[in-house]
Amino acid sequence: MDLSRLKQIDNWSWTVPLAPGEARGEVKLYGSRELLATMDDKVIEQITNVARLPGLVGPAMTMPDAHWGYGFPIGGVAAFDPEQGGIISAGGVGFDISCGIRCLRTNLQLVDVAGELPSLARELSEKIPAGVGEEGDIKLAPEALDEVLARGAQWAVEHGYGDAADLEFIEEGGRVAGPVPENVSVLAKKRQRGEMGTLGSGNHYLEVQVVDRIHDQVAAQAYGLREGQLLVSIHCGSRGLGHQIGTDYLVSLAKAASRLGIRLPDRELACAPINTPEGRQYIGAMNAAINCALANRQILTHLTRQCFTRLMPRATLETLFDVSHNTCKREQHVVEGKQRLLYVHRKGATRAFGPGHPALPERYRAVGQPVVIGGSMGTGSYILAGTAESERKAFSSASHGAGRAMSRKQALKQWHGRQLVDELARQGILIRTRSMRGVAEEAPGAYKDVDAVAEATERAGLARRVAFLRPKVCVKG
Amino acid sequence: MSTPPIPKPGDNEYFEHDADIGVVGRGVTLEEAFESAASATFAVMADLSAVRPERSVTLDFEEADLEIALVRWLNLLLGLSHEQGLVFSRFWIEHDGVLWRGGASGEPWRRDLERGVEVKGATLTMLEVKQGPDGWRARCVVDV
Repeated sequence: MDLSRLKQIDNWSWTVPLAPGEARGEVKLYGSRELLATMDDKVIEQITNVARLPGLVGPAMTMPDAHWGYGFPIGGVAAFDPEQGGIISAGGVGFDISCGIRCLRTNLQLVDVAGELPSLARELSEKIPAGVGEEGDIKLAPEALDEVLARGAQWAVEHGYGDAADLEFIEEGGRVAGPVPENVSVLAKKRQRGEMGTLGSGNHYLEVQVVDRIHDQVAAQAYGLREGQLLVSIHCGSRGLGHQIGTDYLVSLAKAASRLGIRLPDRELACAPINTPEGRQYIGAMNAAINCALANRQILTHLTRQCFTRLMPRATLETLFDVSHNTCKREQHVVEGKQRLLYVHRKGATRAFGPGHPALPERYRAVGQPVVIGGSMGTGSYILAGTAESERKAFSSASHGAGRAMSRKQALKQWHGRQLVDELARQGILIRTRSMRGVAEEAPGAYKDVDAVAEATERAGLARRVAFLRPKVCVKG
Repeated sequence: MSTPPIPKPGDNEYFEHDADIGVVGRGVTLEEAFESAASATFAVMADLSAVRPERSVTLDFEEADLEIALVRWLNLLLGLSHEQGLVFSRFWIEHDGVLWRGGASGEPWRRDLERGVEVKGATLTMLEVKQGPDGWRARCVVDV
């Protein structure tokens, strides 16, 4: 990124100088000089275009892990007021609606079960459907799928996939309000028929991790974390149903914007005012997809538990938290001293409510919401806690991952999947995959430095580091 | 309707994008460019030279905007592929004004098919359908 196009606010935040009237709000980019320097200039163009959209409240922002996306940049956050013509954008949510991370804490210490990890890796890779073209054992009739879309993870628990205790630690109790299954196309529902309880591919994964380092003892205690403990992170979303909703509405909203007289700086920002039939229709479908993703991660949680307990009967896996990072959520925020009802787009960004927020489960209310920055398979991930400062700065948002530093094409030129798998095995990280090409595309070196992203997230006041996790087993999608 | 050749590895063209993949289709005619873009898209997911054209699907749609037509063509193919559990390797399309009719052939996913990354959908980013001195070019970013 050409840093001369930016104006530095402080060590961890930057803005794009805009001429008066050039945009409806300001642009703010969070991150260190080094992180921003590695970003593509397209990130500036995309977030500046977001700042031109109707009804924007506060700045259009990027998180420290931002990179060039479609529509919004990945790591983009923007809030819109429906009473001021605010919009909803399919490109501001992404095709993988409600992609996110379910984090499970186990009662196992690495030192006690290290010898079981190869068996566990084999069991997980055999029982967790992963990769392009893979289907799960659950085949849902259309009526049952509508129930999933209406009830989310609650449906999954009621049908034997997991425990009621899981629901307390999923955003919105496992079911987002306002789903309208009728707004989801027949093709989207057909695509999901065999995809409940599947991981998908690309950057999706199921990882067994060890707590390597505690940064914040108080929050770690509240989250039930201790050094040497094994955790599991499941990264996936709403699968074919969400992808089809994304494709259906990207085109229909692009046409609606034109029909409704919204001048888009780029057609990729396809959107409609929230208070229009087109906007409401997408929101209903998107909420249905969020519930689909929450149910999907709940089913995968159940399958993961089965794998663990088959090998280690005394193992317990409790849901630490489940947080989505491709959403638009209806939330209350204080803006210039006033409560406002806003639609907050987070595209590759995580919600990060601070201490005391009423939406948090009692157990975490004093320390803030768990936030997961999922790193690459060779480096590690962070658990952070939401801060009060993030509410003031970023509508309670934080980074969601390490963020890509190079394209998949570049990564394929630089790495070979087999070599990477062997090298990671020498480092004590077991990779299980059906796609060596996918491994090369997801090479640790293709991502930003996760330590730098987590530090910038903390220094910018978006969330504070609680624990660093090292990967031990990774089932790649 | 002619039978298009099975693409060879390296035939497909891509352009750089940070998180996703840019696909490019080229052809003497607009239709060839669309078929080439479809091949590039599906080659992200599998080695198409190993995919047998055992089963076929057809599709049709109405679209006046050439660029939106490219996105709809690719997304309809992706939707049918995922709905029916098929991977496609051959593609054909024709159009008469706003009416588009096309199809694809392939086979169900096999364990021994070399796999790449799932394409979630075609986007409006870097979307362009253009005729130049050397023929037509059809491109866009696909989400993976």
